[in-house]
Amino acid sequence: MKKITFPQMGDMKIGLKALFAELGFEVVVPPKISKKTLDLGVKYGPEFACLPLKINLGNFIEALEKGANVIVMGGGCGPCRFGYYAEVQRAILEDLGYCFEMIVLEPNLLRDYQHIKKILGNVSLKRLYNGLKLALYKIYMIDNIYKLVLATRALEKKKGEIDSLYSSFLKKIDQVSSLKKIKALKDEYQNKIKENINDYQRDERLIIGIVGEIYLVLEPFVNLNIEEKLGELGVIVKRDIYMSSWLSHFLHLGNEMRQIKKAAEDYLDSFVGGHGLDSIGNTVRYARVGYDGVIQLAPFTCMPEIISQTILPSVSKKEKIPVLSLFFDEHTGDAGLQTRIEAFVDLLMRKKIYDGKLLEKGINYA
Amino acid sequence: MPRYYLGVDVGSVSTDIAVLDSSMKIVDKIYLRTKGQPLKVISEGINQLQDKYDNSEIGAVGTTGSGRNLAGVILGADVIKNEITTHAVAAVHMIPDVKTVLEIGGQDSKIIIIRDGVAVDFAMNSVCAAGTGSFLDQQAARLEIPIEEFGEYALRAEAPVRIAGRCSVFAESDMIHKQQLGHDLPEIIAGLSAAMVRNYLNNLAKGKDIKGPIIFQGGVAANVGIKKAFEDELGIDVIVPENYNVMGAVGAAILAREEIARLKRKKTSFKGFEITDFNFKTTSFECDGCPNCCEIVNIYQDSQLIARWGAKCPRWEAV
Ligand code: SF4
Repeated sequence: MKKITFPQMGDMKIGLKALFAELGFEVVVPPKISKKTLDLGVKYGPEFACLPLKINLGNFIEALEKGANVIVMGGGCGPCRFGYYAEVQRAILEDLGYCFEMIVLEPNLLRDYQHIKKILGNVSLKRLYNGLKLALYKIYMIDNIYKLVLATRALEKKKGEIDSLYSSFLKKIDQVSSLKKIKALKDEYQNKIKENINDYQRDERLIIGIVGEIYLVLEPFVNLNIEEKLGELGVIVKRDIYMSSWLSHFLHLGNEMRQIKKAAEDYLDSFVGGHGLDSIGNTVRYARVGYDGVIQLAPFTCMPEIISQTILPSVSKKEKIPVLSLFFDEHTGDAGLQTRIEAFVDLLMRKKIYDGKLLEKGINYA
Repeated sequence: MPRYYLGVDVGSVSTDIAVLDSSMKIVDKIYLRTKGQPLKVISEGINQLQDKYDNSEIGAVGTTGSGRNLAGVILGADVIKNEITTHAVAAVHMIPDVKTVLEIGGQDSKIIIIRDGVAVDFAMNSVCAAGTGSFLDQQAARLEIPIEEFGEYALRAEAPVRIAGRCSVFAESDMIHKQQLGHDLPEIIAGLSAAMVRNYLNNLAKGKDIKGPIIFQGGVAANVGIKKAFEDELGIDVIVPENYNVMGAVGAAILAREEIARLKRKKTSFKGFEITDFNFKTTSFECDGCPNCCEIVNIYQDSQLIARWGAKCPRWEAV
């Protein structure tokens, strides 16, 4: 019996679980990322690899121990090391003596389909279509609600309410498998969240846009829960990096990428791998719609984001938006991060008051 | 009548307390070594003030530094602020048109860029020991020179030797090497100061718009050799304020006063000088609820649990 597993990244597991279950396979969801996952990854991963490789490796070991025997991992080409991660991980896991097969998904649907068939046996196109539809729908609806969570945490009436609504939404959506029920759940929770916020506080809140490398942005364990921390500090968080937006780009839906390229044009005019170009383009866009600041998140040694990090100071200056770059590795401490983001939030708040944005509205904080 | 404002900065190396009067002038300052026992040192500091001030005279209390939360719950702080904000606020208070703050403390260093009285950019380094006071302490001890005289030595140098300052291990071995080649101590110490400043500017200040007036604060600002090295490297005068070593505490006191004014709260939440009569204790344990193995820290006032932190999940939330 094939038992399928995959890396953990934010809430992606719910979509992938739906897909493989729909195809009729047993799914072994890797345990939620914990310190143990990280320790395993750090122990067996190459020291200079970035954090995502190490955590994925930890996920795989934990899932293989739980009985998984097929690993699905992303691959691809492009000027970033990620494309080669699956191969490195395969070699490490084989050296450790694990028996498994690996499906490496590439940005080539036909090849992926053949690859899946080779390892998993004949999967009819119809079934694959249905599975994908269900998985994508879940992923899009989850992102839809999480976007709302990011925008409303700082406005919640009762502390912790929005997060507990979100986790109960995730639990429920994981259990349903009809598009209609998913839609109904989304509507239900959308309303529940909206009922739980104090909208009148919106004007006094800062808006911070998040840019950076997708894994660091999507996975709260590695970014040390930065979005929740910002919410607790009273910040409305916006971003454009989501699993769903990555899929839309991959499936050539929408014209988001064109807008990002256009916005970045004065600062960077070529693809540098990963989401490096997005980090520049989105920072420009956020400045122009009047967000108060931008935080860039990336793994230590991440090449595309290092390129954008060196360009961001000039974007910050010309577009007049403060930017805080944060790079993470397994040694990044919670206390240092907390101090930096508190200081950044204070800086933005004082600037907002100084610029008169709040004084005009009659709120005097100083 | 509240007439005084208290700021407490609990860092890993030192714990500083500043008392400001209502015109925001410093009337008292205490500088103590934390020695890994913040609870004891906070009590000790507060104890020293107990006889001079009355509870009712204290208008507000602010805490800062890496031990700010701990100090905050013990004292009943009105404001608990990160050390970057408090240092910026204090610098602007001392020199209203300050544009750059260089800060080097015992365990970390920071740079804050200020324009029109508002911090617009900052960077903080808490990983590399080569750029901190602890490293200077170590080297002074190794060369058997009192740390207070370290800076003077540097000023006496005619031609500083070049020391590799990228990391503390390299810097130390390079110094030993230069000593063995027969260079004089002043030359070596001046070289070390220059290396430390270069390291600071390359790491923290990269891409930052450093303009005067520049304030240099934190424990290391006492070191005239480092001050001179900054001036040589930047080509601008560097100001060391009189209270360079308690600036964090000063900022915390100012912000605490602001907070009381902003909320129009009548009274501070200061618990009073009697807190030194209580017995404060920290205990910790490793949670076995999941593989995160969080270290949960409990703070007790006598036998009552007053604060708890360290969990990555809500399991231990209720105090
Ligand atoms: S506190 Fe929560 S997250 Fe931390 S080890 Fe215990 S159960 Fe796990």
